[in-house]
Amino acid sequence: MMKQGLHPLGMIGLVIAATLVGRVLPTWTLSLATIAASNALIALGIVVLARTGNVSFGQGLFFAAGGYGVALIANASGITDAVAQVIIGAVCGGVLGLVIGPLISRYSGIFFGMLTLALSMVLYGALVKSSALGGSDGFNVGRPSLFGMIFTDPREADFMLYAVSVITTGFAGIAAAILFRSELGLVSLAVRENNLRVEYLGISANRIVTINFVIAAIFAGASGAFALMAQRHIDPQFAYWTTSGEFVFVAVLAGYQSVAAVFVASLALELVRSFSNLYLPNTWQLVLGVFLLGVILFLPRGIGSLWTRDRRKKKNSTATPASAERGVVL
Amino acid sequence: MKSVLSVRGLDKRFGAVVAADALSIDIAAGQKVSLIGANGAGKTTFVNMVTGYLKPDSGSIALDGMDIGRRSPRNVARLGISRSFQIPQLFIELTAAENLAVAVSGMRTQTLSFHSPAEAQGRHDKAIELLERFGLADLADRPISELAGGVRKLVDIAMALVRRPKLLLLDEPTSGVSAEEKFATMDRVIHAVAPDAATIVFVEHDMEIVSRYADRVVAFYQGRILADGDPRQVLNDLEVRRYVTGGAR
Repeated sequence: MMKQGLHPLGMIGLVIAATLVGRVLPTWTLSLATIAASNALIALGIVVLARTGNVSFGQGLFFAAGGYGVALIANASGITDAVAQVIIGAVCGGVLGLVIGPLISRYSGIFFGMLTLALSMVLYGALVKSSALGGSDGFNVGRPSLFGMIFTDPREADFMLYAVSVITTGFAGIAAAILFRSELGLVSLAVRENNLRVEYLGISANRIVTINFVIAAIFAGASGAFALMAQRHIDPQFAYWTTSGEFVFVAVLAGYQSVAAVFVASLALELVRSFSNLYLPNTWQLVLGVFLLGVILFLPRGIGSLWTRDRRKKKNSTATPASAERGVVL
Repeated sequence: MKSVLSVRGLDKRFGAVVAADALSIDIAAGQKVSLIGANGAGKTTFVNMVTGYLKPDSGSIALDGMDIGRRSPRNVARLGISRSFQIPQLFIELTAAENLAVAVSGMRTQTLSFHSPAEAQGRHDKAIELLERFGLADLADRPISELAGGVRKLVDIAMALVRRPKLLLLDEPTSGVSAEEKFATMDRVIHAVAPDAATIVFVEHDMEIVSRYADRVVAFYQGRILADGDPRQVLNDLEVRRYVTGGAR
């Protein structure tokens, strides 16, 4: 699995290049790319978790935890630094993931998915009813800064947010790529296929799911911080099931085999949504649905299968014919 | 001789069905014991209880004197009992070497590494060494989904052997293997297991395999032990011929 992917140094080069490209991009694409990067980060977490065979339909829970955590701390203490806010969001998501992960990892399949959805809707209900947190209207936060610099020019502010989101998501992608190729990544795939056999080999499948769940929660919390900084407003919609559904949409488009596919899928979704919204304002959801149907029909294992399948084919073509023959006899 | 496994008064019922009825058995180190019996006789239930998948209603199971009757499959595996399955339980999208690498990871006592590559040298070498023992090294990079049933059986057994278990339980190691290949498959298993000198218990329906490879046979019938002893003696036992082998010999 992913044995011959891009070297981490090459990935760092790509992240730097993508950041610098932002300097020449039109302003409207900066905010689109920021949202795409933020969505990619949370979808990447869903993919990390999906590699254990479990899909969270309630990542909005951690997305909202990160967003609300950052917003409350920013308003209470005046912390506006974008990097600090991303870290706070990641910590809020991660801590909640640590509390829920060990409990929820005992379940799998549809029960796992429904439990995550239920928990996110419990938070949504609590937020709507909480007047201290602004109820259903939510509340506003101040403009983010970076290392003491305050950006009053809208283009510079957009670029700053773009740069921080691309770099953060890029490094999360590199970490995920290393994770996918690691011992834990391999055992995660084994849990996905046969968790009982994993137990018979002396490995705790629940522990593997919990670790991946916490990683996904950290990514979701950081993503919530980005969404907050981009909108400078937070409301219970962050935890709503349709918000979670969008992230699952990106993860399904991407498949679970490639990190790069998550970024491609997230960008593709934002582009399809923007252009269909522009040219077909009343039917853009229809376009989006047809787009997803096309991917499911022609790439059932996601966009990532386009290149991971080729890699697998190349590798197998080197197997000796004698082995193949014996394999058939036995 | 010292007992590796000691089972006393094991009972297990599924509603009205008696799967284990006061089973008591001692298995000495180094023995190759074959469990025989018709479908539903309680052989696989016995294996499932010994490996922690099923909890007995009553009775005790001891491995080297330690009670393991209430432990999980994970704990039982860590204490030294490994098993293979009638239908190989493999990770079919992974390659043969990756399946073995997962098994090697199971031997770690610390948390699995987040960054050490899955094909790290030590793990890969151990995986290849085990595949070599089974004559499968040249299939290491083939996904399990592309391998034939007999090869899958061998990979399944190789995975069980990774921990160098004190007791290896094989559930029908030659089922699904063609008549021409069954002895070759069993020869490979016995040859591959030999360096670890594990005690082997194998469930088997093929009496030719039983008489050739077992040095002790335990015949099950309706959750009870019908006969236990030397293969020739057990296979010629009148009750065994009547209720188990159906006069196969």
